[in-house]
Amino acid sequence: MKACYEKYFRDNLPHIFCPGCGNGIVMGAWARAMDEMGLENNDCVAISGIGCSSRITTYIDLYTLHTAHGRALPFAIGVKMCKPDMHVFVFSGDGDCAAIGGNHFIHACRRNIDMTLIVINNSIYGMTGGQYSPLTPTGHFATTAPYGNIDPAFDICKIAEASGATFVARGDIYNIRQMIDLIKEGHNHKGFSVIEVVSSCPISYGRRNKINGAPALLRYIKDHSVPVANAAKMSAEEMKGKWPVGVLYKTEAKEYVEAYQELVARLQGGS
Amino acid sequence: MSNCFSGNEAVAYAMKQINPDVMGAFPITPSTEIPEYFAQYVANGEVNTEYVTVESEHSSMSVCIAAEAAGARSVCATSSCGLALMYEMLYVAASCRLPITLACVTRALSGPININNDHSDSMGARDTGWIQIYAENNQEAYDNFIMAMPIGETASVRLPVMTCMDGFITSHAVENIEFLDTEVVRKFVGEYNPENYLLKKENPLAVGPYDISAYYMEHKVLEAEAMKAAKARILEVADEFAKISGRHYGLFEEYRMEDAELAMVLIGSSAGTAKAAVDQLREQGVKAGLIKVRVFRPFPGEELAQALSKTKAVAVMDKSEGFSANGGPLFAETRSALYDLKQRPHLIDIVFGLGGRDLKTEDVENIFARLADIAATGETGPVYTHLGQRQRRK
Ligand SMILES: Cc1ncc(C[n+]2csc(CCOP(=O)(O)OP(=O)(O)O)c2C)c(N)n1
Repeated sequence: MKACYEKYFRDNLPHIFCPGCGNGIVMGAWARAMDEMGLENNDCVAISGIGCSSRITTYIDLYTLHTAHGRALPFAIGVKMCKPDMHVFVFSGDGDCAAIGGNHFIHACRRNIDMTLIVINNSIYGMTGGQYSPLTPTGHFATTAPYGNIDPAFDICKIAEASGATFVARGDIYNIRQMIDLIKEGHNHKGFSVIEVVSSCPISYGRRNKINGAPALLRYIKDHSVPVANAAKMSAEEMKGKWPVGVLYKTEAKEYVEAYQELVARLQGGS
Repeated sequence: MSNCFSGNEAVAYAMKQINPDVMGAFPITPSTEIPEYFAQYVANGEVNTEYVTVESEHSSMSVCIAAEAAGARSVCATSSCGLALMYEMLYVAASCRLPITLACVTRALSGPININNDHSDSMGARDTGWIQIYAENNQEAYDNFIMAMPIGETASVRLPVMTCMDGFITSHAVENIEFLDTEVVRKFVGEYNPENYLLKKENPLAVGPYDISAYYMEHKVLEAEAMKAAKARILEVADEFAKISGRHYGLFEEYRMEDAELAMVLIGSSAGTAKAAVDQLREQGVKAGLIKVRVFRPFPGEELAQALSKTKAVAVMDKSEGFSANGGPLFAETRSALYDLKQRPHLIDIVFGLGGRDLKTEDVENIFARLADIAATGETGPVYTHLGQRQRRK
């Protein structure tokens, strides 16, 4: 029997993700969320940049646009402006979203355009073999930081909030049920929704950071993910090296396409 | 030390021997290993280069431009979309006359996305004002990098240099190569001592300001003159290099061209395949020869015309599709160079190897058979064709 969410995949599986990679888990969670929301394939568009995580658009059976490194969001904005009724999902990696595409990211947040961005944060440039990204924690190892990374890391959720995103959440690949719910809530929210998913790259990140093997890395992620309600009660010292998971920020603000349509209607006298 | 190095490691090793002041680093397949090896050298204290990791290639080239303008020697490596993203800054580097050295590990451009070798990236940058020198193999990749700075930094030239090698084929294949002693390399390359630079306190400069119409053209002409002057300098440096290495390089390599009637012109690693085919044809009595273009910018037009003047038919092999509807870039340059010859050979263009499609010795032999036919009949047939693609289903 086919699983209910299989209709969201093309028939080109298995995927190329390494054993233990979190990308497949996120892709599966997204498909379950799609199924629970009852979304039709052809009402949705998925857009990605370049990276292992961005390969998701190769496997899922929607309208998909696989673009250039860091540039998924401008493409997505183009789609949404032109087809406001489409449900737009964007898949991005930590490098794709926060390094080469960082500028697009803050401006997409600022506009509050209605789409769901899933940032798969494996703390590293996976595809190119393990260079540190702006989300690699300080002190952690990468091919470009063989003796430890001295750069402070971004908190991409805080950037999203500060830049104007109206739904900001963090999930992780251990708490899958929660991730599914966050994707659904993000999608149902009108405005720019950012969902960071803490994910794993056992090959390029785990191995180099002495977290050996996929189960160990998954356990590491589980042990460092703290539900927001608990995190609120913990001191900064207790939260050190850990991250809150759940909905971090939610507000209502004017959505961009709507604002644009209103402007057009006003100038053209509603014709 | 083992002499078994991949092309990437050979270039990284050349960089280490040179010990440049600054490296702008950003990864992209298949050049990623170069900044990776180099990161290790930096971390181990084997060089005292400032290793600047950035968030895109636009920034890595910007780092190099600023460093070079400040009087520091800077290096960089990239491929494909990375080079494309640098495009704006490539022009800035050349027009500010900053002799940066960039290792370009050639790879197809998107789209569709493809990580394998062809020359669409470097050929896209051919008119940016950079000197371009291409390698056939790992040894040449190493040698070209060591010759780059003495070429680019010399006062009559002052242009950035792009040394190109074929992605994966050269960058990742491991070969035995001969290294020079680090002492010898450092002496050969020397120190970078520009007369004027941004942070010189006796004579501070403004770099890159607005150039009004009354001056812009003069600057462009100077740049064009510098590119012309680079040809002589490239040969001079090659002569000096032969003295320390025993290896001789010209603007292009002529392989069995002495009495060749049929010739092929190409760039890069495919020369190895073509040489093997030429050898076989020679055994069968075919007067076949090969020209491997090493220096594409400045383009050795007169020399190439001379070298091809005695041939009857020539196939130019383009490893990039220029979309000019009139043939690839190597063909355009070669055909234009031959125009001034009194007696011109017949010329055809074959676009091959896009996105990593292989070139086999049989392919080369078939092309020579076509050339023989052209030479015999005087009928060129279709001038501009593609090799090795599947036919479109009707
Ligand atoms: C302009 C450009 N520069 C560099 C690259 C090479 N590149 C491909 S993926 C990648 C980083 C991937 O890291 P991330 O976005 O975190 O995704 P992951 O592979 O970890 O899922 C880089 C630098 C590229 N494709 N295009």
